[in-house]
Amino acid sequence: MSDGAAAPVALGTGRRSQWLRFVKRFLRSRNVMAGSIVLLAVISLVALAPLISPYEPTQQFRRHRLQPPDAEFLLGTDNLGRDILTRILYGGQVSLQVGIVSVAIGATLGTLLGLVAGYVGGWADTLIMRFIDMMLAFPGILLALVIIAVLGRNLQNVMIAVGLSSIPVYTRVVRGSTLALKQVDFIAAAQALGGSSARIMARHILPNVLAPIIVVATNGVAGAIIAGAALSFLGLGQQPPDPEWGLMLNEGREFIRVAAWVTTYPGLAIMLTVLAINLLGDGLRDILDPRLKL
Amino acid sequence: MSKYLASRLLQTIPTVFLVTVAVFLMLHLTPGDPAEVFLGDKRSSPELLEKVREDMGLNRPLHIQYLSYMSAALRGDLGRSLQTNVPVMDQILTRLPWTIELATAALLIAACVGIAIGIIAAVYHNTIIDTLAMALALVGISMPVYWSSLLLILLFAVNLRVLPAIGQGGLERLILPATALALVSAGSLARIARSSMLEVLNQDFVLTARAKGISERLVVIRHVLRNALIPVVTILGLMLGNMLSGAVITETIFARLGIGQKYVEAVLQKDFTMVQGTTLFIALMYVFVNIVVDIIYAFIDPRIRYV
Repeated sequence: MSDGAAAPVALGTGRRSQWLRFVKRFLRSRNVMAGSIVLLAVISLVALAPLISPYEPTQQFRRHRLQPPDAEFLLGTDNLGRDILTRILYGGQVSLQVGIVSVAIGATLGTLLGLVAGYVGGWADTLIMRFIDMMLAFPGILLALVIIAVLGRNLQNVMIAVGLSSIPVYTRVVRGSTLALKQVDFIAAAQALGGSSARIMARHILPNVLAPIIVVATNGVAGAIIAGAALSFLGLGQQPPDPEWGLMLNEGREFIRVAAWVTTYPGLAIMLTVLAINLLGDGLRDILDPRLKL
Repeated sequence: MSKYLASRLLQTIPTVFLVTVAVFLMLHLTPGDPAEVFLGDKRSSPELLEKVREDMGLNRPLHIQYLSYMSAALRGDLGRSLQTNVPVMDQILTRLPWTIELATAALLIAACVGIAIGIIAAVYHNTIIDTLAMALALVGISMPVYWSSLLLILLFAVNLRVLPAIGQGGLERLILPATALALVSAGSLARIARSSMLEVLNQDFVLTARAKGISERLVVIRHVLRNALIPVVTILGLMLGNMLSGAVITETIFARLGIGQKYVEAVLQKDFTMVQGTTLFIALMYVFVNIVVDIIYAFIDPRIRYV
């Protein structure tokens, strides 16, 4: 779908006025502002977890099992008497890390492949795109599951799996934009001046395809958080007793009839975070690359 | 048309080939000796390992192993489960109907709800209705399926007690998992339907239709919908991918004995033949469905040609 990504807005040309214009539009966009504020709040809460919470995430209060929210335990406790709020804050560190690391892996590799496929063309293009087609034959979380099955289950492999399975989106978007850019005069000029392919890709094409990459990567963080939590939910990622949002949902599932708060709040945390990132991503898309369809 | 069909099918051949190679290599890519992977956590003596290697043909060259795996697979033999010793293909076939039932129901719900919301948003473009509809779609997209599943169980099975929380068979056990699975897709369908409608609404022939003095309702129903819904149909194939991968989670939560639930179980139990066989089956099925969608699309919209 994203193959025909439109000629992108130049981002990295270093012109100050252009940057100022972007900053002004960021500040004026309601989506971007709402998303950023909520996201900043989530990040600060999660990062300051040790300062905010008087408890440890794995600390058990045996006399307070499955206790509803009260003044002592603001969001209640789970079946082992652990404070839910504390676990959400510490678990968020893991979820956010999964989101960012996976996107870094996927975006870097996907962009590289897309640049080479689009710029070099020919057999390299065919080879790369057939490989991407192959990856796309494993829909959604299935590819991540396959990778986990091969690598073994732990948190590090979740990041690798989610990252690798997001490669195709980046490759397709970057390849599409690169193909469009190749027709533009300044690339021909750079070639005429004797620039090597690697140099032209890095210095001239990459800066000009950054806009769609930023848009896709922003929404990608939301997707990676959901996928990472899904894998932990299924028992393939973070292992007990350490907290993680998806794992907490799974642990609370058994007690949903008697203690709904054990599942309700971690789920709310995932949704709020993902919603904020998606808002930010939508706003960025409207500003940077309105024609990019996702 | 036949030229399009031929090139579409030709393009699929390398994909299918690479998929089979990748699935075959899964076992060899796992760290350690494939024979050890097969034996799993059981204690293995060198003699036993050697016997397993011999039985599985692991001592033969890789391409020979691939050919024998594929020739068996083509005959419908995907090996036996390491856990239960039941043929993998039998397992897949007994479980597949439940997954198809779930995915179809979810796709129907997603299409009806999503497209309706998208149309309403586009017709009332830039009004409060549009804003609300798109906010709703964004929430839908941001809801992880495991979270919406649990919320639905909490609301309808625990609090209202109107629907059963788990199990399969019958409409009442289908509603909750299908709705949970449909939410994300409904959200993105609503957005796509809306932007597609808006694009068509701005075209000259719509202006002409309005200028002729037909009611706005007729303009939308007769002229806009038809053209706007074509791109929406195309992504239904993509949606099916969402459904398959979402089924992995919904089936686990709602304890439905479908193919997705089996898949997770197999990964957790390190039942490698099961994982390998199911992966191959799902991937090829998905590739096949996408071809069918593309062909249907080409029939609906003759302007579309493979480039």
